Amino acid sequence: MPKDSGIGASSKRREDIRFLTGTGKYTDDINIHGQLYVHFLRADVAHAKLNGVDTAEAAAMPGVVRIFTGADFEAVGSIPCGWQITDRHGQPMQEPRHPVLAHGKIRHVGEPVAAVVAETRAQARDAAEAIVLDYDELPAVVDMKAAVAEGATKVHDELTSNLCYDWGFVEENKAATDAAFEAAAHVTTLELVNNRLVANPMEPRVAVGEYDRADDMHTLHTTSQNPHVIRLLMGAFVLGIPEHKLRVVAPDVGGGFGTKIFHYQEEAFCTFAAKALNRPVKWTSTRSEAFMSDAHGRDHVSKIQLALDADNNFTAIRTETYANMGAYLSTFAPSVPTWLHGTLMAGNYKTPLVYVNVKAVFTNTVPVDAYRGAGRPEATYQLERVIDMAARELGVDPVALRRQNYITQFPYATPVAVEYDTGDYNATMDKLTEIADFAGFDARRKESEARGKLRGLGVNSYIEACGIAPSNLVGQLGARAGLYDAATVRVNATGSISVMVGAHSHGQGHETSFPQVISEMIGIPEDQIDIVHGDTSKIPFGMGTYGSRSLAVCGSAMVRAAEKVINKAKKIAAHLLEASEGDIELKDGTFSVAGTDKSVAWGDVTLAAYVPHNYPLTDIEPGLEETAFYDPANFTYPAGAYACEVELDPETGHVKIERFSAADDFGNVINPMIVSGQVHGGIAQGIGQALLENCAYDADGQLISASYMDYAMPRADDLPFYSVDHSCQTPCTHNPLGVKGCGEAGAIGSPPSVVNAVIDAIQSGGMNVAHIDMPLTPSRVWAAMHAARTDAA
Amino acid sequence: MYAFDIARPTTLDEAKAAIAAGGQALSGGQTLIPTLKARLAMPETLVSLHGIADLKGVSTDSAGRICVKGATVHRAVAEAVADSFPALSYLASRIGDPAVRNRGTIGGSVANNDPSACYPAAVLACDATVCTDRREIAADDYFQGMFTTALEEDEIVTEVKFPVPQAAAYEKFIQPASRFPLVAVFVARFADGVRVAITGASESGVFRWSAAEEALSANFTPDALDGLSVDADGMIGDLHGSKDYRAHLCGVMAKRAVARAV
Ligand SMILES: Cc1cc2nc3c(=O)[nH]c(=O)nc-3n(C[C@H](O)[C@H](O)[C@H](O)COP(=O)(O)OP(=O)(O)OC[C@H]3O[C@@H](n4cnc5c(N)ncnc54)[C@H](O)[C@@H]3O)c2cc1C
Repeated sequence: MPKDSGIGASSKRREDIRFLTGTGKYTDDINIHGQLYVHFLRADVAHAKLNGVDTAEAAAMPGVVRIFTGADFEAVGSIPCGWQITDRHGQPMQEPRHPVLAHGKIRHVGEPVAAVVAETRAQARDAAEAIVLDYDELPAVVDMKAAVAEGATKVHDELTSNLCYDWGFVEENKAATDAAFEAAAHVTTLELVNNRLVANPMEPRVAVGEYDRADDMHTLHTTSQNPHVIRLLMGAFVLGIPEHKLRVVAPDVGGGFGTKIFHYQEEAFCTFAAKALNRPVKWTSTRSEAFMSDAHGRDHVSKIQLALDADNNFTAIRTETYANMGAYLSTFAPSVPTWLHGTLMAGNYKTPLVYVNVKAVFTNTVPVDAYRGAGRPEATYQLERVIDMAARELGVDPVALRRQNYITQFPYATPVAVEYDTGDYNATMDKLTEIADFAGFDARRKESEARGKLRGLGVNSYIEACGIAPSNLVGQLGARAGLYDAATVRVNATGSISVMVGAHSHGQGHETSFPQVISEMIGIPEDQIDIVHGDTSKIPFGMGTYGSRSLAVCGSAMVRAAEKVINKAKKIAAHLLEASEGDIELKDGTFSVAGTDKSVAWGDVTLAAYVPHNYPLTDIEPGLEETAFYDPANFTYPAGAYACEVELDPETGHVKIERFSAADDFGNVINPMIVSGQVHGGIAQGIGQALLENCAYDADGQLISASYMDYAMPRADDLPFYSVDHSCQTPCTHNPLGVKGCGEAGAIGSPPSVVNAVIDAIQSGGMNVAHIDMPLTPSRVWAAMHAARTDAA
Repeated sequence: MYAFDIARPTTLDEAKAAIAAGGQALSGGQTLIPTLKARLAMPETLVSLHGIADLKGVSTDSAGRICVKGATVHRAVAEAVADSFPALSYLASRIGDPAVRNRGTIGGSVANNDPSACYPAAVLACDATVCTDRREIAADDYFQGMFTTALEEDEIVTEVKFPVPQAAAYEKFIQPASRFPLVAVFVARFADGVRVAITGASESGVFRWSAAEEALSANFTPDALDGLSVDADGMIGDLHGSKDYRAHLCGVMAKRAVARAV
């Protein structure tokens, strides 16, 4: 019998009532008396020397309060980067200044150059058109390999080159890895592109800055996944506002997918301008602005090689990746191709030697940073594509080749510095074999062929490192902050509970799943428990939501805090029951004395805590509220196996996804329905990347997929009904809930199986196509097939 | 968008006067409003055709032609001609999404003549007549290249009259992002021959594929198109498909249209 509440129940998402009835309160719903509007004049060239910004005419236009330019921010800090990478030679990465408004130089299309603050949005925009920019265009740096070639134009004149860092991991493995390639019986080499994406959350970014002169208090309302991180980065590094004078509020947020982790110039601007003008200042991004100002995702160009011995055991993996940073270093950017990518390059396999090289490159494009999966999809895609290619070259079954090389003993220390605590990759592959109905594939292929279509089956495994992150470890790796989380469990006098959590919910369903945990622990109904999040003035601290960390890290902090609450409540119960604390048991919301029929209800104990008439005041304080910080001992390692089945139209190159199956091991599952939903969304984005989405620049650095007319988002009819399963569960060994995180798996695990399936389909049609770069649009698939047919002819 | 005035005439004469005075026609707004939002146009006055009852509706004239009034929305066309002209109904039912089909109109579509618009293929393949507030224009004279038509600056499309073919079909291969046609082909067979019009593909907008028309007029089967191809030169080449790909799709979509029409 499925449970109907607590851990393991598919409790309905309570937040959906407001999301689905249009009663959510988003940042753009916040309008403050006296508010002004800012319009950013954004660069329409990719690279230029900026000689001057003439605002004279614009400043005189109706409603204009003030126009800011880069010069106004000279004394203000640089938008900071949260990570410091050390390169192969022990040198720190090159880190350019990232101004709030362009100053002296324009470095990408969409960079804000001037900010017009006016009484109305339309007035601000009208005036922005009257600003005259004086600039000399420079050659745009777009292609990464050209960017790091001798004599390339520099994006940042003050740096020695466009190379941010040249990272080797693990550098000590390099010689042994190279030797293993020399000794290999077979080497498979694959060059591929992990296409640049635009996250496209449904809600564009918004910021409202507010300043209260009476107590020198700043408030920023913003579309953020992590308000405390914004407070830290903006307060300490950009504007110099101490924490107690800066409140950051992120109310309902309409999707983030990573792109709302980062601290952006617009947030700093609105906060700064609110004080300068002593009036609230609001900015609402248009969709067009979002395309050219939200940090983009992915954009790696890689070469991966897999060495095998004569028995098809993997002996070594070697990769070389160019990772696009864009024009500036966004908050997490340098960590994505390194610690979130290199550490996963062992995948699910016991390959003894792995060497990863990453060259991070500055270009005249929008900054690139974490997008759902962040680094792990890039690792998985390379690995799972090269394994498939090796299986084809060797004429062996791709699933058997994977199984033969799976890690089966845990804990397992990889050659790339992480230790997988637990897992069972054969179990998820077994489950996948069943739910994807591998056995029926041949019949389905024949049926497709009878209609003149080609059918392909693609499979892959994946592993990810989630529950980000152990602070001491990431500190050594260059993180400039800790990555713990915090929660306060506040029990009210009548027994209901508010939990203040550092994790921000912007679609993940925390408001439902977190109370399920507390309900399970205490035995009171879920509706007695509420989550409070998204406001630095209300929650103790928190590093926010990304990296599938909310439940594993913040949920663990909540469990620790709840344990403290329960321990204290037991003391009170022992006093009320005149029993010894050690004999008190809590079950179904009732404290009882072991072996007796004496009991007291949860609500009576909580009331006693706040009305301490009969209370052990000499031993404990009144009240019932506890805070815990939790710093994970390790990452968590969700893993699984995915299968995609496509039907391909050989005349047009159109790919239709017929079936998609996912067998995931997320450890323990709190709410299976929410977990399925997370996987569904991730797969949609993975399929989007594999087939549709392509953020493209031309040679002049113009964004040519700058709207939905050219940037293809997945729509419902692009996707099949999925078959997802998370019954394979090897609980995480080091957090109290045994949970691993499920937010990114779908986006990490799905692109390789889609591409593997398309290649399988094409080859089944007798065409020798080894690889096609994502997105596999009809035109690209047709071109590859056409070339293969022409070659064969 | 920039501020503008809006006129809401209820008769064609009032609309003509307002447009003659410098106003711009606003029909469904599915093209014009996004253009205004992007500040790519700055009309002083928009003249909404929405309130003119005479500009709406679908009927059949004495010659058996299906006559669609200029401000009739795509959804209404799809419903009205479902039995009488299924190929046109299908075309209208595949334009954009429900919101677009409930606002966008045939007049706006043929006036705009987007090189990827659907209706122009049907108008040209059926040898339809575009009627305006001042004249009637044969399809072959009406379309004059990307976003270019025979219309004068202040001319209003009032109606499009479609001769109904004996057999017809529309095959649309979508551009994955916009879902406009990447290449779409309308094949129409009449007693006196077959006409084939292709949209989405060419740098000169909608065009007739005469070699295919000849072959199909002789033999109205998909096989008749074997060996025929459209020249890649002059095709659109962009992010979504090369010139070669579009030229190839012209053949594939034409064959599929014929297969569905027979
Ligand atoms: C999301 C989306 C998807 C779409 N997909 C497709 C698609 O798949 N296929 C397709 O064909 N189209 C598509 N369209 C375009 C849609 O069909 C438009 O409705 C159509 O192109 C313009 O018609 P309208 O009535 O909206 O014209 P408006 O936007 O009102 O006007 C367009 C232009 O025509 C002029 N005009 C309007 N009516 C007249 C008239 N009667 N006489 C003279 N000039 C006039 C206007 O002044 C303006 O210049 C799509 C649009 C959107 C927004």
